[in-house]
Amino acid sequence: MGSAAIERDVEREFEREFERDVATASASIAMTREGAGVGALACLAVESLDAYFGAARVVRGVTFDVRAGEVTAIIGPSGCGKSTLLRCLNRMHETVPTARVEGEVRFEGRDIYASAVSAIGVRRHIGMVFQRPTPFPTMSIRDNVAAGLKIVPRGERPDRRATGEIVERALRRAALWDEVKDRLNGSAVALSGGQQQRLCIARALATSPTMLLLDEPTASLDPISTQRVEELVYELRDQVTIVIVTHNMQQAARISDRTAFMLSGELVEYGPTNAMFTTPSDARTEAYITGRFG
Amino acid sequence: MSLARRRAINVVMITLTYVAAIIATLPLLFILLHLLRQGATAVNWNFFTRMPAPTGESGGGMANAIVGTGIIVLLASALGLPVGIGAGLFLAENRRARLATIVRFLSDVLNGLPSIVLGIFAWQLVVRPFKHFSALAGGLALGAMMIPLVTRATEEMIRLVPVSMREAALALGYSKWRASLSVVLRTALPGIVTGALMAVARIAGETAPLIFTAFGNQFWSVSPTQPIAALPLQIYTYAISPYDDWHAQAWAGALVLLGFVLVISLAARFATRSRFGLGGD
Repeated sequence: MGSAAIERDVEREFEREFERDVATASASIAMTREGAGVGALACLAVESLDAYFGAARVVRGVTFDVRAGEVTAIIGPSGCGKSTLLRCLNRMHETVPTARVEGEVRFEGRDIYASAVSAIGVRRHIGMVFQRPTPFPTMSIRDNVAAGLKIVPRGERPDRRATGEIVERALRRAALWDEVKDRLNGSAVALSGGQQQRLCIARALATSPTMLLLDEPTASLDPISTQRVEELVYELRDQVTIVIVTHNMQQAARISDRTAFMLSGELVEYGPTNAMFTTPSDARTEAYITGRFG
Repeated sequence: MSLARRRAINVVMITLTYVAAIIATLPLLFILLHLLRQGATAVNWNFFTRMPAPTGESGGGMANAIVGTGIIVLLASALGLPVGIGAGLFLAENRRARLATIVRFLSDVLNGLPSIVLGIFAWQLVVRPFKHFSALAGGLALGAMMIPLVTRATEEMIRLVPVSMREAALALGYSKWRASLSVVLRTALPGIVTGALMAVARIAGETAPLIFTAFGNQFWSVSPTQPIAALPLQIYTYAISPYDDWHAQAWAGALVLLGFVLVISLAARFATRSRFGLGGD
């Protein structure tokens, strides 16, 4: 416990330094505009975050930060609040009736829960992919990938040709292009589960988000599709900052740079993945990763 | 209980369900056969293109009533579809809201209301202030009948769309209403079209709500503010007349009405089979 506190202090120190950097540069980055891409600045800082469903407090005083260009994994047993925490990072939590959030989430230096910030703007910069693939059944593969572009304000909306290029680029980045390039007008629900999930990743990438939140993206996939998605996450880390919630500790160990371990709504430990899995500083983390519960 | 006995009961019960299933289809079959026997000879080109002829004269038709029914159904749809779909969307999106529970209950009550009561309602609201019968009043009565049908169909169809579809749209930066319209409603659309067509088929044959609203008209009229002819009314008038040639016309009218409803029902079935509808894997 003592060492966790020390580590957290170190984290805070780090965070303060980071904030100063961010504060000086973030003035030029408007939330509503196309983000600054992936650079040293893109960063998310969560501070004493509480999330509720009605009276139930499912995320308790979580503080951590997500570093640009890294893959951050959130692990923990079922019901520990890891998905809820993730959904607080792009304001999806509040879409559920009676759900509410307290605390701060700063994205590129700005609190996304500030009253002047719109949830829609936040979600356009922080994409999300869910546990089960969610292709829109009425749209073709092409239209699914372009779905996020259709709601761009009229003046800035890409034309047909530009849209086609964006769709191709997104599908290539999601490692799906070769499998679907001859059937872009075909039904999206005719794809396999793994392809559908990569389609959803392509759809999220098409609007060039700065961050991508993945909520157990491989939970409903077979081992081979899982491996493909994992490889994809590994390749995408250079282009977009990723936070992934996973049930699977091996997955976290394989693909993440940093891991956060949650238990009963609290963040027990957060640090570099290697250190976390080899020398956990908290007894509960050790118990969990060695399989003693969860 | 012995195995033989259980087997015997099983056979009896299964036979009973078959009998029930056959009985369920018999009325339609009998009606269809009877209508074909009685009415088929009077259904010809004239029937669709000519005005009603006085008794004794041959070659009359029901052109005005066919067009009149079309106009009344259009007017009813203009009221019933937007209100019904909007209310259904509201019910589906605010499932547990207090207002939704009330609306859902009242919609069920409206659905169970005798259709003549809706006629009285439209009479009081439109016919009395304007001091004469009109197509508009008929459209209002039938439109009011359509609303609960379309509302429930829309709600059911939207509830079939997984919540994850809405979440996926919201996560892409869609606003709440945009997600509702271009993803949720769009996904449910084939089912809603089916529900709407079934509602049209249901109201097209209604007679009671039209008796003191649209009233009927022996002459050609397409004005929404004038009394207008309608197939069910014309059938009713002809059927209770003492003339054999009018009876034949009434049978023909009934056959045409049935054919119309059948076509709409088939169209509804076809609409569900869209390119990438629900369950279109």
